[in-house]
Amino acid sequence: MRRRWLAGITMAALLGLAACGGGGGTPAPSGQASGTGGGGKQQVEVFSWWTGPGEADGLKAMKEIFEKENPNLTFFDAAVAGGSGDKAKALLQSKLQADTPPDTFQGHAGAELLGYIKAGDLEDLTFLYDELKLKDAFPAQLVEQISHEGKIYSVPVNIHRSNILWFNPSVLKEAGVAAAPKTIEEFIAALEKVKAKGKIPLSIGSEWTVTHLMESVLLGSLGTDAYNALFKPGADWGSAAVTKALNDFAKIMSYAGDPQDDWQPAAAQVAEGQAAFNIMGDWAYGYFHNPPEGGLGKKSKTDFDWAPSPGTEGTYMWLSDSFTLPKGAKNRDGAVAWLKVAASKEGQDAFNPKKGSIPARKDADAALYTDYLGDALKDWSSNKLAGSVQHGVAVSQPWLASINESVGLFIGTKDVAALQKGLVDAAAANAQ
Amino acid sequence: MARKGGSALRRARAWLPGLLLVTPSIIAIGVFVYGMLGWNFSLAMTDKHDEVSEGNFVGLQNFVDIWDEPRWHLSVNHAILFTVVFVLGALVLGWFLAFLMEKGIRGEGTFRAIYLFPMAISFVATGIVWRWLMNSGQDERAVGLNRLFDVVGLPQWAWFRDQDWGMAAMAIPAIWQMSGYVMALFLAGFRGIPEELREAARVDGCTEWGVYRHVVLPLLRPVTLSALIILGHISLKTFDLVMAVSGKQIITDVPAVFMWVAVFDFHDPAKGATIAAYIVLSVAVFVIPYLIWSVRKERRS
Repeated sequence: MRRRWLAGITMAALLGLAACGGGGGTPAPSGQASGTGGGGKQQVEVFSWWTGPGEADGLKAMKEIFEKENPNLTFFDAAVAGGSGDKAKALLQSKLQADTPPDTFQGHAGAELLGYIKAGDLEDLTFLYDELKLKDAFPAQLVEQISHEGKIYSVPVNIHRSNILWFNPSVLKEAGVAAAPKTIEEFIAALEKVKAKGKIPLSIGSEWTVTHLMESVLLGSLGTDAYNALFKPGADWGSAAVTKALNDFAKIMSYAGDPQDDWQPAAAQVAEGQAAFNIMGDWAYGYFHNPPEGGLGKKSKTDFDWAPSPGTEGTYMWLSDSFTLPKGAKNRDGAVAWLKVAASKEGQDAFNPKKGSIPARKDADAALYTDYLGDALKDWSSNKLAGSVQHGVAVSQPWLASINESVGLFIGTKDVAALQKGLVDAAAANAQ
Repeated sequence: MARKGGSALRRARAWLPGLLLVTPSIIAIGVFVYGMLGWNFSLAMTDKHDEVSEGNFVGLQNFVDIWDEPRWHLSVNHAILFTVVFVLGALVLGWFLAFLMEKGIRGEGTFRAIYLFPMAISFVATGIVWRWLMNSGQDERAVGLNRLFDVVGLPQWAWFRDQDWGMAAMAIPAIWQMSGYVMALFLAGFRGIPEELREAARVDGCTEWGVYRHVVLPLLRPVTLSALIILGHISLKTFDLVMAVSGKQIITDVPAVFMWVAVFDFHDPAKGATIAAYIVLSVAVFVIPYLIWSVRKERRS
């Protein structure tokens, strides 16, 4: 009898454990934030993936402005760590599905938000753009590229540039390359010269950095207008021009070094003189330039230098972090107050020098942006604009996932025809 | 009549408390494990290929269609290679460690603890350390194991970045982590074999190797089977280790990672559910025969 009791208890305990293991994750408390904070102050839950050095400082600077301007509101930082927001986006997905959105969340401006828009998760922000005259403050092409069916769903806080060719001046000199290559042909010739010297011609990181490289090569080979047209309804990804661009890409990839863990070690190979070139977004500048711990502490123009990626001079391939207004936000007024700070000149000038990006607004205080950022600010107001693929401007999340899959398979097979077919299928399934 | 009622009550007293104790767990498991499994299978049989659409029943369409995708073949092949290397590696290494222990070396307890410790670490932590150890840089760029191999003059490897054998390298941290556990299983198995049996074999003129080959190994079959099942099901649903070592890259894609990408990047719930269903089925292939076998064995004894 007693033995049976014991068996019963053990059994129950085991089953209980198993149940916890299997189902414990489901009813987990998702967002106990939001609502009223202490002292009668209203809390505003701001969801982002800004936890790294620089970006977290920038967010803090904006928070201070926000709380100064809105004494009755407190800022609740709901940031989830992880570069490019993979983990944050997964958590956000479950919050949105449970209809418990944060008051405002970070998202790459552009087509990356399409999924949320179609699911009816986001409010149209046209009223805010009208109230703050943002259509005049931002470049017209930016407003056009983030509009969906005439409506705008997010407020861009910063602008990064994706089509930057980083290079090591002394490695180039040693290889007999006079200046940064201006066309794809010059680029391939320069890669060949570096290869002959036994250095890594082009450093690459994990698979997403290869998609990043591909978007720059597509832009450089096709030209800005043909590139932008690829993301319009009915675009022809099967054209001969795309085939040529992908062949260029395959040729360039044949000069790539061993893939590194992520973009940082790949960029470091250039700054440390092991590799000649790296195509990466301008967040690499902060990594090269900042003192150790946060960066490599290298000297710009001597240890590393930059140019628009080959064939893309005069075009700014942009990407942007933006904030949204989810439908059903608990503290909608607080969220709108946050968006106003995020859109303001004061907010953007506080955030961007720390983050290492430039403001989306055209009226930024130029004195705050020096060295690379000075160049970027100048180009931003004069260049043509193209949207980044890898960073969520030009394509929706499922489309990007398909492109990444095709590129990942290409790295293994080196089959250009299969890559193009994959891109054609991805466009057919996802373009609108 | 009264006596009959009394005996029914007495019988109820025997089983009712146990049942009451277990009921909450049974309900919880019914909802959160089997209910969710059922939900997953029914989702996998719809065309809900984005979060917004309702999804109509399409039968086994998704289960068939996924075989047209080159990436699915790749990730299945990866999972098979990983499973074979990991299960064999952990079994052989675990058996070997137990074999050494069983000889009664000095400080056995310490060694046992040392070999068991890796199991206390999560696969994520293991993965992050091994990502550095298995860095693919070579010669002057070598770090981690390649640096060591460079110094002692062994060949250097691309490790998990190798196009063909990357997943075999991915199994190394898993072997490192689980072989101590397998050792513990085998050690218990070894200890369970009566010394008289070995003695008898030796008396019959069996060599020491022969004792292991013909007496110990056959008696260890149940332990080996348990270890095989445990390792096999860990291996088929491996996710955390791969994510920690390489992230969601195609070169190390496995079904569980593909599932994550399908749900959170492709935003295709039906596809994610299809992959999840395949993972459950592949694990079931391992586990169900084992369950049947152990239930039968219990009945026999």
